[in-house]
Amino acid sequence: MLRALKSFGAFWYDFVIGDDWHVAAIVVVALGLTALLTHAAHVSAWWLVPLAAFAALAWSLYRATASKS
Amino acid sequence: MTALPLILTVFVACAVEAIEALTIVLAAGLTRQWRSTFQGMAAALVVLAAVVAVLGPTITLLPLGALRLVVGALLAIFGLQWLRKAILRASGHKALHDEASAYLREVAAAKAAPVSSRGRVSDWYAFTLSFKGVLLEGLEVVFIVITFGDNQRDLGAAVIGAAIAVVVVTVTGIAVRAPLAKVPENALKFAVGIMLTSFGSFWGAEGAGVTWPGGDAALLVIVPVVAVVSLAYVALLRRYRPAPSLGQQAPAAEGVTR
Repeated sequence: MLRALKSFGAFWYDFVIGDDWHVAAIVVVALGLTALLTHAAHVSAWWLVPLAAFAALAWSLYRATASKS
Repeated sequence: MTALPLILTVFVACAVEAIEALTIVLAAGLTRQWRSTFQGMAAALVVLAAVVAVLGPTITLLPLGALRLVVGALLAIFGLQWLRKAILRASGHKALHDEASAYLREVAAAKAAPVSSRGRVSDWYAFTLSFKGVLLEGLEVVFIVITFGDNQRDLGAAVIGAAIAVVVVTVTGIAVRAPLAKVPENALKFAVGIMLTSFGSFWGAEGAGVTWPGGDAALLVIVPVVAVVSLAYVALLRRYRPAPSLGQQAPAAEGVTR
């Protein structure tokens, strides 16, 4: 039962998070910051999520290729 | 947003997944036995239909803001993973996905496996191979259909896009009786990664409370910007492409930048 639950969890982790959990973490933090800036500081932070996405992608690509070169 | 971009995005994303599922189904059917292969495929389709029927309407019960935040985050994460792989492939840092070689690997494994029957299934290997292939690729289709459809409050249009993709790929596969290796799958995955990342960022930020300049029209800027940045990453990474070893050619960036 525990083994089945573990493989179920591992499947969904791999399905959604994939090879690099940093990407997911950066996206979630960026969305949290966007909500904070928008609601608490009344800043129109529409630019934050796309910038975070590009940064997450760059960081993940760097990690994937740095070990090979 | 009208239904057409939604249908087109879901169509391309689902076509890519359907092509991968087709490769597995063909390997099982042509090497083993069609009856058990179809049984496995039908069982997987029933599970997938049940997931859509249960999850689709349930998720729409969430308030639109919360829905966009959660779904946007998931889509952005999912899309960035697709884009990451597509950029690594296009820049030569990862081998291109090749349906022809994937098919040969499946065929070799299918030929080696022993025949055993269970209940009404006469070839259990063909059944499970087909079931797993269709279910796993289908789950990605379901994820895209539900997230896109629910966010646009137009699940029907998303289902139409997915259904057309599955029908087109299936009919073509039956006609040629071979994996669809000539489809520029890597370029399609690159495009899908761009769309998922763009829509995910757009909806996620909206869910977090942002009002985009220009409203929905902001997507007309976000999508090209994501595409340009991704292509810039490809160009940059190509400079640092690992040198191919003797007798091995570096994979080409199929249909992405040339």
